[in-house]
Amino acid sequence: MIELREVEKSFQDVKAVHPLSLTITKGQIHGIVGTSGAGKSTLIRMMNLLEKPDKGSVRVGDKILTSLSEQALRKARQSIGMVFQQFQLVLNRTVAENISMPLELVGLPKKERRKRVAECLQFVGLSDKERAYPSQLSGGQKQRVAIARALANNPSVLLCDEPTSSLDPKTTIEVLQVLLHIQKTLGVTIVIVTHEMDVVKSICDHVTIMKDGKLIDSFQIQPQGIQANEDHYIEDLRKIAVVHT
Amino acid sequence: MEKIIAYQSEIWTAIGQTFTMVGISILAAVLVGLPLGTYLYLSRSGNLYENKVLFTILDTFVNIIRSFPFLLLVVFLIPFTRWIVGTAIGTIAATVPLSIISIAYYARLVEQSLLDVPKGITEAAIAMGATKNQIIFKFLYREARAGLVFGLTTATISFISYSTVMGIVGGGGVGDFAIRYGYQRFETELMTFTIIMMIILVQAIQVTGTAISKRLDKRS
Repeated sequence: MIELREVEKSFQDVKAVHPLSLTITKGQIHGIVGTSGAGKSTLIRMMNLLEKPDKGSVRVGDKILTSLSEQALRKARQSIGMVFQQFQLVLNRTVAENISMPLELVGLPKKERRKRVAECLQFVGLSDKERAYPSQLSGGQKQRVAIARALANNPSVLLCDEPTSSLDPKTTIEVLQVLLHIQKTLGVTIVIVTHEMDVVKSICDHVTIMKDGKLIDSFQIQPQGIQANEDHYIEDLRKIAVVHT
Repeated sequence: MEKIIAYQSEIWTAIGQTFTMVGISILAAVLVGLPLGTYLYLSRSGNLYENKVLFTILDTFVNIIRSFPFLLLVVFLIPFTRWIVGTAIGTIAATVPLSIISIAYYARLVEQSLLDVPKGITEAAIAMGATKNQIIFKFLYREARAGLVFGLTTATISFISYSTVMGIVGGGGVGDFAIRYGYQRFETELMTFTIIMMIILVQAIQVTGTAISKRLDKRS
């Protein structure tokens, strides 16, 4: 579904991502873990070209993003949802208006927009918050709105950059459940960048470990795996690995 | 009070002149200052239309206009004014330098309001596949709207203040009336009346602007 081939990226003199290749299979929840500065955010941001790789190619579905025109890339991005750590909701728009945004961008008629927004709201369990403004919501609710917004255009891929890192443990679970639900019912391929082990353990079925801009390892795991010690999480993850790739 | 009644028609003329000057300034601020401020923001490094050369030129231009003592700007612009409207004297001529300063002033305030919008909003818009126009109109302006309105309020009040010196090129207006009739003819009553009128006007504009801006702001 997603294929990064020999991508690399530098910021000024700092190499954020050393040349690496990674394939993410359709329908997976793929976790990318590592300490801060490991290059994992840069990596996920290359998957919709928010960060353009200096070299290498990025394919999502049947489109090679790195060789698309500006306009074609915009089109392609409309079917790649993205969720951010800081939600990035438009605070002067209501919940419903936020979810409606990607639909407005593609010029969907108002009536259909309204219908789709209602579906998305129901999906994330926030139908009663339709008219609320983001500032009236909790962090977990804001992130669910952001997820609903990302889903509005029926994307095939959902990129989540530290989606639970500004949430408390309880709301983290709330958001993770929504993500799991998305994978199970919609079959969307989900990529999650996180530094939180619990996130990976509870919902990911594949994990990629990064360190200093390099891909250390990438393997399948059993979601809801064994309790891991935060200090030795790489080792612990390897222990619960099902297949090394 | 009789004085005020006696000068009624002059006062009305002056008010009309002030409204003309300020109204055209506001129009210039919105029609030219808003796009200019937006472009200043967008052409900054790391932004949508990054362009170091144009940014530096426009940024310097705005600074130069704003560093002129206003009276000197009016005088300095006389040839330009004459070229634009055919004369350098009168209310309409006065709107030229006023509009120039208004554009520069509001552009700066627009730029500031846009800088207050979290960068992540633009990023989210790009990730959604928004065009540049959609990013500006559906995301940036939406998020900055309270600041844009508040800025325009502040700017309007400055325009009124600037307009009071336009007597120098025969622009007339309330300020000119106060100086010529109130100050130069020692009619303290007339001067006081104009000042009170101005205070009420400015107060009304500020209160209205703040209220609208507050209503539009759902950010917290």
